[in-house]
Amino acid sequence: MAGVDVELRIKRFNPDTDARPHWQTFQLQADPTDRVLDTLHAVKWEQDGTLSFRRSCAHGVCGSDAMVINGANALACVELVRDAVGAGAGGGTITVEPIRGLPVIKDLVVDMEPFFAQYRSVIPHLVNTDPVGDRERLQSPEERARYDDTTKCILCAACTTSCPIYWGNSGYVGPAAIVNAHRFIFDSRDAAAEERLDILNQRSGVWRCRTAFNCSEACPRGIKVTEAIQEVKRAIVYDRV
Amino acid sequence: MAAPVLEPGPTGGRRLERRARQNYEAWSWVFMRLSGLVLLFLALTHFAITHIVNDVTETDAAFVGERWSNPLWRVFDWALLALALSHGLNGLRWIVEDYVHSHARRTATKVALYSSSLGLFAYGTFTIVTFQAP
Repeated sequence: MAGVDVELRIKRFNPDTDARPHWQTFQLQADPTDRVLDTLHAVKWEQDGTLSFRRSCAHGVCGSDAMVINGANALACVELVRDAVGAGAGGGTITVEPIRGLPVIKDLVVDMEPFFAQYRSVIPHLVNTDPVGDRERLQSPEERARYDDTTKCILCAACTTSCPIYWGNSGYVGPAAIVNAHRFIFDSRDAAAEERLDILNQRSGVWRCRTAFNCSEACPRGIKVTEAIQEVKRAIVYDRV
Repeated sequence: MAAPVLEPGPTGGRRLERRARQNYEAWSWVFMRLSGLVLLFLALTHFAITHIVNDVTETDAAFVGERWSNPLWRVFDWALLALALSHGLNGLRWIVEDYVHSHARRTATKVALYSSSLGLFAYGTFTIVTFQAP
């Protein structure tokens, strides 16, 4: 397949030398079926080894390489060059920025700790003090289906860092934390739904959500994030999960 | 080994066994949803009467007096005033809490918001209750 000319505009920041971020442009050739991550690799390995970004599995599973690509949150390992430069184009510009709302450490690497602290705050694990017994805690397919959508989260932070409320107020627990609370609140084997609902009923919780739907649009796993948040709100208002 | 037989899961959801947890923020969210629905009806009706059915350039005290000779229209307008103000005020409170981070500035902004809304509500209520056709 014929290669396309790509102008890669990257928002860069080096804390040792820069007072503020600046744009740097790189020219390269890429296959239309390359991923944006491949173009970042090409820059780092062939043009400028100081470029910093995170990636681990590089196949859309680990959630390390969420970034703002052409203005929208996406995983660099999932977004294809042909989609980023526009269909049928002989080439084009791709802009890449770090995700918003979290402190930038260097280039495309942000400090994820506030995000993970918010994730930990919702007790994101199964709580059940009943005796373990000698077999699994069984669950019907219907009970399992209740929270199926929110099991898909890979904690890439694309949803939380696309949320306009989170940009303005980092005290908001954020969509990703609510998604992961939802995953256990509606799990029939779990016993801590009330604690999680109490946590999310605070001012920093679900009531900060204004249903902007940015999170649902940003999720690379297609989770209906806004719907999950609304379900948690409903559980609080109706006292029912 | 035979597969374990599962009892069918609850279909209507589990009722939580605990004190009710709705707080001020929860009720304010419910209020926004309900008042929004009612306002859709009130505001559109108001808009149709004052801007489509009647010419707004010919609206004068006599027009208002004739309309308010029916007390139901006074109730309608008072409900519109109360809901529009409280709905708008609560929305502004959310925005202030989102974007004004300094405690002092937040308090000052809220005091200004609440007092001006209260003033508008008192003034509007006074007008609706005491208005007499010229």
